[in-house]
Amino acid sequence: MQKKISNLPFHGTAEQEAKLQAVIAANKHDKSHLMGVMQEAQAIYGYLPMEVQNMIAEGMDIPLEKVFGVATFYAQFSLTQKGEVHIAVCLGTACYVKGSGVIYEELQKQLGIGGDECTADGKFSLTASRCIGACGLAPVLTVNDEVYGRLTKDDVSGILAKYGK
Amino acid sequence: MDMLNCKVNGIAVSVPKGSTILEAARAAGVEIPTLCYMKEINAIGACRICVVEATGARGLVPACVYPVAEGMEIQTNTAKVQEARKMTLELILSTHDKKCLSCPRSTNCELQKLCNDYGVTASAFEGFKPEYAIDDSAPHLVRDNNKCILCRRCIAVCNQQYVGILGANDRGIDTNIGQAFKLNLSNTPCIACGQCTVVCPVGALTEKDDTEQVWAALADPKKHVVMMTAPAVRAALGEEFGMPIGTGVEGKMVASLRRLGADKVFDIDFGADVTIVEEATELLDRVKNGGVLPMITSCSPGWVRFCEQYYPDEIDHLSSCKSPMQMTGALIKTWYAEKEGLDPKDIYVVAVMPCTAKKYEIKREDQNAAGVPDVDVSITTRELARMIKRQGLNFTALPDEEFDNPLGQDTGAAVIFGTTGGVMEAALRTANDWLTGKDNTEIVYEAVRGNASIKEATLDIAGMQIKIAVASGTKAANEIMQKIASGEADWTFVEIMGCPGGCVTGGGQPIHPQYVRDTVDIHGLRAKVLYDQDEAAVLRKSHESPVVKELYEQYYKDTYGCHKAHHDLHTTYKAESKF
Repeated sequence: MQKKISNLPFHGTAEQEAKLQAVIAANKHDKSHLMGVMQEAQAIYGYLPMEVQNMIAEGMDIPLEKVFGVATFYAQFSLTQKGEVHIAVCLGTACYVKGSGVIYEELQKQLGIGGDECTADGKFSLTASRCIGACGLAPVLTVNDEVYGRLTKDDVSGILAKYGK
Repeated sequence: MDMLNCKVNGIAVSVPKGSTILEAARAAGVEIPTLCYMKEINAIGACRICVVEATGARGLVPACVYPVAEGMEIQTNTAKVQEARKMTLELILSTHDKKCLSCPRSTNCELQKLCNDYGVTASAFEGFKPEYAIDDSAPHLVRDNNKCILCRRCIAVCNQQYVGILGANDRGIDTNIGQAFKLNLSNTPCIACGQCTVVCPVGALTEKDDTEQVWAALADPKKHVVMMTAPAVRAALGEEFGMPIGTGVEGKMVASLRRLGADKVFDIDFGADVTIVEEATELLDRVKNGGVLPMITSCSPGWVRFCEQYYPDEIDHLSSCKSPMQMTGALIKTWYAEKEGLDPKDIYVVAVMPCTAKKYEIKREDQNAAGVPDVDVSITTRELARMIKRQGLNFTALPDEEFDNPLGQDTGAAVIFGTTGGVMEAALRTANDWLTGKDNTEIVYEAVRGNASIKEATLDIAGMQIKIAVASGTKAANEIMQKIASGEADWTFVEIMGCPGGCVTGGGQPIHPQYVRDTVDIHGLRAKVLYDQDEAAVLRKSHESPVVKELYEQYYKDTYGCHKAHHDLHTTYKAESKF
């Protein structure tokens, strides 16, 4: 799967930008610090949209494409923003055979977004995760830091309702 | 130097410590096939085609990155090696769009050649095959990732140009070469130099073929079709027909254009001569009147685009002169049209160029002296070769013919425009004569010849010490621009060409396999054609060209850089952001 790219508008604040520029200023002397800068940028913004990657590229004097190549290579970087409510469905082997794929699809349907996407209001985002080590509870998903296990498709609307959907 | 002794296929060879197996093999006269390797700029061991057996190594090792050890015995073509290469090729083919019949690189494709050599089964591995949209958004090139073999040669050369818009994205089976955020090429700061099309081993990166437009114009009886060629084309076109690198084919080139049906065959060398008198006038004006210095040449649209996007604050350094191609086009549709009683709208100007960026240049604003585009279409040397083949001409057997008058007479100064340092040398010849008021006979400027990426000199011109610099390739241009932007530069005049080596090694020139590029001085051989032609020329200074004299007498009231000349032959630039 190629990484999804956010198509929602970027809403960075001046404060976030100041933080990022400070990180860049502290690291621009050495281009090998690129990944560290990207990690900090993701910590500041939650994801790495084009506007953020371009600030890094210009600041570090590295082509934007190179920054993008690194961002799409490593699973730790996200090009789509996280919602206030971030749902991760485990698609590890145990969860998958217990039907987590169906739950993932149901969530996409009810939220009206695909995997690795965020609703336009910034409220919900959805992703598939690898095994989270809770196979005994399969199929399992997490909402922010809450874990929900032994789910069926019918549990989806109840969980979403709990978070204001 | 510490040397190591090894044997390649039984041939004893001694190589400097640190050499790779590939280098040792080349020293022994043994060629090992490669796909991703490029001497000095891309040794990444990615494609696994160059694998060999070597004593002391576990399994097969990639020759392009594996270092030679003392006493090593290397076997480059054992059954095991052949089997491995064959399987690698079959795996590459499993995701390769095998449309060889309609591929512009057919018969000049490094993958196709290897597949033939190794007798592969084209469909040995059928499996997941990613599909990519073809990117033809830019005027100069087409990117078809379905043919890409992920060798990363384009990335290496794009980084070498200090542009870096191409890179590898995503990972595993999804790995794809592309632009940041999947932007179309036309939305990136690609400078259109086309160097990636020259190094692509397959048909994933090709010039945008505009030959159908030319055929259509040639078939239209209402159109007066003028075909004109840049200096560098004559130094390389023969290679497309099996002639050795370094064969000058001016006469056959002209004959072929006439046989394609051109109404007139003109020489962009004429525009080069005009460029020199206009540019020298502009330079003297800047020096006398405190204009922005150094002045930098503007013949190379790849370089101009680089300056506009990467150094937008420095565009005032660019000479306002149009490129020789645009000047020739402009003068065909103004002066020539008036002389011949032709309506500029009925004239169709085809430029044959060593360049892909020219396809973008003809669409620039402020390039329409007669109210219509100065040049209607720009095709590369490679596209012209394709047309000659379709026309059924036996190129090597064509007679040598001469350009048409009046825009067919040139000087030696104009013909050397095709190599790095040529514009500078031509300008110096004229400036020296003008400033000394003499017909100087010392006209060869060795300091600006050769293929160094940056050449600097301080020259004594009419008692003045003039500092100049010549750069080719936009990486070198970047170094020059950093010095200019920081204010530490004290040059008066700078020549910059977008492609390393200048136009003779431009992005639209004939393509040779990488091992040829690694081992043959293509630039030197092609440049020699131009320098030889210059040396043999009777007239070697642009301002001595009788046609240039006639132009200024008849059309520009004997004044270089007059208002009308400015309207026709000069242009403007725009500061742009990269994204």
